[in-house]
Amino acid sequence: MADRLLTFSIFRYNPITPEIPPRMQEYQLEETMGMSLFIALNRLREELDPSLMFDFVCRAAICGSCAMLINGRPGLACKTLTQDMPDRITVMPLPVFKLVGDLSVDTGVWFRHLNVRTEAWIHTDKVFNPEAIEERMDNPTAQAIYDAERCIECGCCIGACATANMRADFMGAAFLNRIARFMIDPRDERPMAQYFDVVGTDEGVFGCIGLMACDDLCPMEIPLQGQLAFVRRKMAQMALKCARCK
Amino acid sequence: MNWSDAHISDVLVIGAGLAGERVAIEAAMNGHSVTILSLVPPRRSHSTAAQGGMQAALGNVAQGYGDNPDIHFEDTVKGSDWGCDQEVARIFCEQAPVAVRQLSQWGVPWSRVVPGKRTLPDGTDIEDLQEKAGLIAQRQFGGTAKWRTCFAADGTGHVLQYAMDSVVVKLGVTVHDRCEAISLIHDGETCFGAVTMDLRTGEIRPYLAKATVIATGGYGRIYGTSTNAVINEGTGMAIAQDTGVVPLGNMEAVQFHPTGIVPANILVTEGCRGDGGYLLDKNLHRFMPDYEPVKQEIASRDVVSRWMLHHIRQGFGVDSPYGPHLWLDIRHLGPEHICTDLREVHTICQNFLGIDCVEALIPVRPTQHYSMGGVRTNKNGDVYGLKSLFAAGEAACWDLHGFNRLGGNSLAETIVAGMVVGERVAEFAKEQSLVFPFSLVQDAMAAQAQRLADLRSRKNGTEDAFVLRHRMEDTLLNNVGIFRTAEALQEAVTTLQGLYEQAQNVRLRSSGLGPNPELLAALHLPGMLRLALCISYGALQRTESRGSHYREDYPRRDDDNWLKRTLAYWKPGAPMPDLQYEPVNITELPPGSRGYGEMPIDKGE
Ligand SMILES: Cc1cc2nc3c(=O)[nH]c(=O)nc-3n(C[C@H](O)[C@H](O)[C@H](O)COP(=O)(O)OP(=O)(O)OC[C@H]3O[C@@H](n4cnc5c(N)ncnc54)[C@H](O)[C@@H]3O)c2cc1C
Ligand code: FES
Repeated sequence: MADRLLTFSIFRYNPITPEIPPRMQEYQLEETMGMSLFIALNRLREELDPSLMFDFVCRAAICGSCAMLINGRPGLACKTLTQDMPDRITVMPLPVFKLVGDLSVDTGVWFRHLNVRTEAWIHTDKVFNPEAIEERMDNPTAQAIYDAERCIECGCCIGACATANMRADFMGAAFLNRIARFMIDPRDERPMAQYFDVVGTDEGVFGCIGLMACDDLCPMEIPLQGQLAFVRRKMAQMALKCARCK
Repeated sequence: MNWSDAHISDVLVIGAGLAGERVAIEAAMNGHSVTILSLVPPRRSHSTAAQGGMQAALGNVAQGYGDNPDIHFEDTVKGSDWGCDQEVARIFCEQAPVAVRQLSQWGVPWSRVVPGKRTLPDGTDIEDLQEKAGLIAQRQFGGTAKWRTCFAADGTGHVLQYAMDSVVVKLGVTVHDRCEAISLIHDGETCFGAVTMDLRTGEIRPYLAKATVIATGGYGRIYGTSTNAVINEGTGMAIAQDTGVVPLGNMEAVQFHPTGIVPANILVTEGCRGDGGYLLDKNLHRFMPDYEPVKQEIASRDVVSRWMLHHIRQGFGVDSPYGPHLWLDIRHLGPEHICTDLREVHTICQNFLGIDCVEALIPVRPTQHYSMGGVRTNKNGDVYGLKSLFAAGEAACWDLHGFNRLGGNSLAETIVAGMVVGERVAEFAKEQSLVFPFSLVQDAMAAQAQRLADLRSRKNGTEDAFVLRHRMEDTLLNNVGIFRTAEALQEAVTTLQGLYEQAQNVRLRSSGLGPNPELLAALHLPGMLRLALCISYGALQRTESRGSHYREDYPRRDDDNWLKRTLAYWKPGAPMPDLQYEPVNITELPPGSRGYGEMPIDKGE
């Protein structure tokens, strides 16, 4: 590998010192073999600027902590290898979410809020019986739920979404996928009408304007477009039924 | 400080991983007001990284028929090399099936039994029966007599954490994420809560509660290379020990996982070997059967890691710029299996090695992975030494694992301990009233404020926090690894003592304002060094080999002298831990042979 000198242009702003305006700051580092943005940003912090804020937890593309705008595209920094990038790398915090400082954004509060709003838990009247064996489920159903459940709440689909960038109350692909996950789960006893109240609106599935950046960008490669279409179909059927019964 | 600054609840849970959330749920369901603190949003806790699965004796699959808690118990005790508390292991094995089934009701998409005949990679024919169709499926993990590990495809930890957190959200439990406990508030007898730092603003605040629970996970990051998340710095254990009255149990018991990938040190699950994968050397020879004819690749982790390193020392490692490694071969499991039940492994190989493991070998070597040691509790989760303080999960030494944890027993522990300790906490909090001595809280706050002010003023000191930290990491990695000797351990203790002194002299390069990362590094360092010293000194004193603790100069287990648990205290101002010992609780299974790891290891050249 050619010895490259990489230039990082990084967004800096710390709400603790509002007198210092937001700015882009440049740093240079020599590339090493197999270098990821996780390695690069940590080296920048330790060697050049110990105040640089960013978030990593698993550094294995599992936990969803490290989504950023990398050369303009939302992505997970820990699995972005510098060898796939040009000599100049621009890193910005993910839009839509509240800035904590520099590259760190507050995804936790946003996702919790939407988990509450969409009541993203199993709704059941069954009481757990510790003596009984588990209820059966066929494996393809389990796998289908699992496939939707793979979302890591990284926020890439939200940061990339034109609607979410324009209106704060749009729930975005992450939650339409989450809704789909509960709809196909036989353990969730919610009637369709109850889902309709939550997602059959412009803040929900009808707010999507179909640009589908989310689908291209999902680091987990969840087929968000398909999930969206599924929820939309269910909601449209629901709307039709309601119209008929009126 | 004003009372209005204080955040008050019945129960304060420090840590939002599986253990912390399960305790919180139990307490909330019993009507208590609960607050959970976490460094990160709960769903980013390290628990989500677990891929492989969770053990519970359901006996649902062909290779698991006839399984029951007795067999699980025996596997666990043997795995621990008789270091575990047998009463705890018994409670655990009985409750694990209940935990798995309850999680199913909470939404975990467990993989399910598909009936039919199939042939395993080793040629064995098996048949899953129709009558078990749709029950929770189980896979094989190391050191177990039966296939017992329940799993959800390749992402068990992730789905467990999401289901658990969905219940936390449903119950409306308060979660303060980006909030770190930096010390406990106590009077030497009772714990009243914690002083915390807000990781959004850098401000400190007291959190007070009738019962405080430490569920802060492991400390893997004190080792330079570890499979652990970067937030696993052991701060919860450190602040508990820092009270001077709470001991850490068996800190010398450190688990190395056989298959961390080289060079990224990311784990690929034991499921790879459980499902039939092989370990190969530089000649592509499958070497484990030479050392472990019966259990082969799926002996317990301590044993497999030891043989791997031994084999490398014999000159059979594959050379690489990052040092020698071995190969993990899962190609024969086939693309279909790899892309469903081992998909995460496939993705990790693609992302971090640039290889397709359906066709290519995976470079692996043993890597620091798990802490059997931790805050010592009794079987109900009460922490030794302080009333109103409890602990659960990897941060605790409940002592289910003794000197070696079985794969799949940790996720199960977080949840079962969460249930058991949660019940105890709920009961305890019912009997307590909310009374807090004002001056004590004030003093605890003042002490932390001073610590931060000293660091932020940058008046004194010369040392760099990051540099000291890397020296600590290297020392542990080189001297306190899989093979241990008196000489190397003594050297580690001396070096770490020096670093501990230097750590009092850190000077920040940056302003340290707000939740500044350098400030946090400096703040964590002394506690991390104390843990490092407990591990090294405990290992130096323990002149036997047991489970993961292997002394080349004392290669045998010595039940006459060492069938006991180390308790490491740290007296205020002391330069070194104070080690005491307590007997191990043996109620059912007297010490005997593990059935693997028996062959003596020759010293490599
Ligand atoms: C890569 C990997 C794979 C694994 N796979 C398996 C497996 O297949 N099966 C199995 O049984 N086990 C597995 N394990 C082990 C298992 O995942 C962990 O032991 C277990 O999840 C720990 O859970 P916990 O709740 O105790 O801690 P964690 O999940 O680590 O949670 C700790 C929590 O504490 C918080 N915290 C920490 N310090 C503070 C502080 N000072 N103040 C406030 N909050 C704090 C954190 O934010 C976090 O929320 C694996 C481990 C690793 C590293
Ligand atoms: S750090 Fe976990 S996804 Fe990047």
